[in-house]
This record gives sequence, C-alpha cells and structure tokens, in this order.
Amino acid sequence: MILLLALAFSISAKDTPDDGGGSITVNVYNIPEGTARIELSRLEKGDTLFKEAGLISIFKGECEDVSVIDGVEYLYRGKAIAKDTFYIAEIKGFVTSSPQWFNKSRTTVLIFLILFGSVVLTYIQLAKKNPEGLFIRKLPALDAIDEAVGRSTEMGKPVLFVPGLEAITDAGTLASLTILEKVGKKVAEYGSRVIHPNFDPIVMTTAQETLKTAFAEAGRPDAFNKDDVFYLTYEQFGFAAGVDGIMLRERPGAIFLQGYFYAESLILAETGYSIGAIQIAGTNATTQLPFFVAACDYVLLGEEMFAASAYISREPRLLGSIKGSDLAKVVLLFMIGAGVIFGTIAGIAKQGGNPAYMQIFNKMLEFLARGAK
Amino acid sequence: MRRRLPVIIAFGIGFLMLIQYFIPHPRSEEFYNVIVQQWFIIIFAFMYIFALRSFFMHHITKVKRKKEGYIFSAVAMVSVLFMLLSGLITSRGPFFDSLYNYMIAPLQGTMFSLLAFFIASAAFRAFRARNVQATLLLVTATIVMIGRVPIGDYLWRGMPDLVEWIMTVPSMAAMRGIRIGVGLGAVATAMKIMLGIERSYMGGE
Repeated sequence: MILLLALAFSISAKDTPDDGGGSITVNVYNIPEGTARIELSRLEKGDTLFKEAGLISIFKGECEDVSVIDGVEYLYRGKAIAKDTFYIAEIKGFVTSSPQWFNKSRTTVLIFLILFGSVVLTYIQLAKKNPEGLFIRKLPALDAIDEAVGRSTEMGKPVLFVPGLEAITDAGTLASLTILEKVGKKVAEYGSRVIHPNFDPIVMTTAQETLKTAFAEAGRPDAFNKDDVFYLTYEQFGFAAGVDGIMLRERPGAIFLQGYFYAESLILAETGYSIGAIQIAGTNATTQLPFFVAACDYVLLGEEMFAASAYISREPRLLGSIKGSDLAKVVLLFMIGAGVIFGTIAGIAKQGGNPAYMQIFNKMLEFLARGAK
Repeated sequence: MRRRLPVIIAFGIGFLMLIQYFIPHPRSEEFYNVIVQQWFIIIFAFMYIFALRSFFMHHITKVKRKKEGYIFSAVAMVSVLFMLLSGLITSRGPFFDSLYNYMIAPLQGTMFSLLAFFIASAAFRAFRARNVQATLLLVTATIVMIGRVPIGDYLWRGMPDLVEWIMTVPSMAAMRGIRIGVGLGAVATAMKIMLGIERSYMGGE
C-alpha cells in the first residue's frame, strides 16, 4: 500500500456558525478520483492518538461533527480511501466549538420584523390621531353573522360554532375566538343558544370565558350555559364524527366553522349543507379553503380572519394595524415584481454572455433565503 | 388588574419567545425546551381534567334527560372508561394496542373514507356553470381531473404537462398570495396581542 500525502487533497474545519455549540463543520476539497469513502478522525489537544469521528460525504464534501465539547481544541484528519491507495490531509491548527448568541442566518427575518413592526405601530398611532380617515372594505362573511344568527333564532334552532383543530397558540384559533365573541353577543341579544364542541381543552376553557363575557356584555349573563361549550375528543376523525352527529341531531340553523382545519373540513361542511344550515367558514389553512368555498355560503379567506376583530369593533387602533399590514403587502408585491423583472433581465444577460447580473441576483436570493432555513 | 395582568403576561412571554427565536445559545434552547414546553404540558394536563369533567357532565346530562341520541352518549362514556381502565390495568399492553388498532383506527379510517363521497358531492355543486367564474372553474377542474389519470395522457400527450403547469403556476401563485396574507396577518395579530390592542380572546374589553 502506498501512502501519499497529496497536496491537492485538503481539509478545513471551523466552528459551525449560528448554532448552540457542540458542533464543528469539516470540509474536504479536491477529493481524489476513485475515492470510495473519506474517514474523519480527530485528535483532542493533550491526547496522542487520533480517534474516529465519522465519515465525510463524498458528494457534499462536508460533515458536521456533533460529538465535540465546547472549548476543547481538536485537530482533524481526513483519509480518502481509494481502491489501492489512500490520501491523508490534516487541518493546519486546532479548532474549537462555541455557542453563539445571535443566529446571523435569521438577520433577514429580524430586519423584516423591525420594518413590519414599525409600519404597523406607525399606522396604529396615526389611526389614534385621525380615526376618521380609515376605510375597511366590506367582508360579506362577517356582515352575514347577524343574518345567520337571526334566521337561526327565527327557526327556533341553535347556532353551532366549531373552532377548528388547532391549539390556542395558532393565530387562526385566536381569530376564531374574536368571531365567537361577536356571535355570542348576537346569540345573547336574540335569546338563542350556541353549541361549541371542542377539540382542545385549552381552547374550550378560553371559549367558555369568551362566551361568558359576551353574554354578560349583551346584558344576558343568566342565558349563558357553560355546558354548551364542551369537550368532544382529541382524535381528528372522532371529532368530525362527533360534530356531524351534533349537526344531525340538533339541526342548527347556522354553522360557524372558524379556525384551523385539516382533512375533516369538507366532512363537516358537507354535513352542514345537507341539513340546510347557513354556513359561515373561515380558515387560515390554505389547503382547506377550496373545500369551504365549495360547500359554505360565506368564507373568510385567510387574512380576512385576522381582520375580523377590526371589522367588528371598528376600533381605530385595530384598523390602523390592518392598514399597516396592507402597506407591507404592497411593498412585498413591489419587491416580488422587481425581483421577477431583475431575474428575467439577469437571465437574458447571462445568455448574452454577461453573468454579472445573475451573480448579483443569486447573491440577493441567497441573502433573502437564509432566514428560511 | 384583572385585564392588565393577562396582557402583561402575554407581552412578557411573547417578547421572550420572539428573542429566543434569534438566539441559538443553549440557554435560549433550554428556556424554550424545558421551561416553555414543560409549562405547556403541565397546563395541558390540568386542562384535560377540565375536559374530562366537561365530557362526562355533557353526556351524563343527556342520558339523565333521555335527550335524542342519548344512547350514543352512554356508549361514548363507557368507551372512554373502558379505554382508560384497559390502559391502566394492562399498562398499555397488547390488549390496549389491539383496542386501538382494531377499533379506533378502523373507525377513523371509515370517517376519512367518507371524504371521497363528500368531495364528489361538493364538486358537483361547485362545478355547475352558473357564471363565467364557475365555468372557468369547471373547465380547469375537468382538465386537471382528466390529466391526473392515464386516459388524459392517452387522449393528448401534452395533457399531464398542462396539468402540471396549472398546478405549479396559476394555482401555486394564488396559494402563495393567500399564504403571504396569512403570514402577515398572523404577525400583526401576534403584535396586537403582545401590545394589548387585541383583547377579544379574553372575552372582549
């Protein structure tokens, strides 16, 4: 066997960036032709023997050693093994790992958050000063709440409110509680009844509190029945079966499907349709929107759910936050448009023999996509 | 104070979680994994007691008053107790697994299978060509449905590619537009909750 200390085959190691420590990233360069595998070994400062530290992928040329201890110095050696020979490369000095206090790959997210937050806060302040200058377009699904609850009351039927299958931590569930408050007030005013089956125990207790307050604000605290907000099950299709059963037995006049739903969305919406109830759906689950659009009378599409509290209360600060979000959307729209135009020009220029624009474009993409990791 | 305290807690925890997202240090990870997740598990466990109380109260009332379908309530309560006892007595052994695998799983599968029929009935209503938009939907859906099955390729070689284009270009563009809106709306909602502007989740003002 011949031992060759090939100059071309080299290895480098550095502390893995943007992590919580305990990791060193090792890279190999100029992998010799015919290499079957690359073995990695490391020497701890003070020791005399190299110990095995895993294998380096030939295709990636990179390996993350996650068995290191922060603050301990290591020397790495890579051994590229071919059919009849092998090559050895070593890093130049010792390397150590350490934890970081800021994840630089999320810089773009931080920049966006600061900008977006500033815009929203500015508009909230402006809205407080000039509440008259705020306009919000009509949302038929929210306007239909009065009609749905009223019709249900006239028919002597209860109202069914399903808050979806997500926990209280989901923004859609929080938005659904806002709509529940409005529905609860209307139900209390009309002297009707709202049935609220739950999938999540925390959502159940929050919904009980929300409805209790809504009934109290409508001047009917006595009409609130805590047992109408009850727990069903934590099984997805068990929940769907339970709600379907309630629909068929109680025959509600109005059904609100508000929150985050999964595959059970159409099972619920179609059963609701079959009993002839007015159905008002709203979800931030984009995959379930087409089902609700097909089966329900009114639908709050994605972001419209988050605008519900502002639309219902007309509170200037809430309206201001919506205007801020809209401005952010306009800026994003322009950025996407500018990116598409610049990317197209860069592509044409590259085909014409000038790759400089494409390089700039790729750098921009790399910077923006870092936060998505 | 009854109103202010939840807002202070929401702001404090929300702000800490926001900062935590940008700090990869083990202390930050520890905060997230140990404190936040354990808190959540503890709260969830306690809430489950309320949930079970609610479940039994609801069904006992139905059985007592002999409301329509009260027999299902009795079955539900017996099933919960039976699963609970079998899990406790057998320490979640093979009998408990059999109950899950041969009773709950098939029942869930049965419910899920209903979706196929519901999709057909909903599609039938949605695809009625009442106006220009509905006609457009009908034409697009027909192309996608035919292109997804072998007969589409048999009728015209370019059909699968056309379907792929519909799914990855116009359909995806609309989906991403909604997702951007949802994302921004969720961030704005989180900010409003942290700042105490949005309080309807606590039952309104």
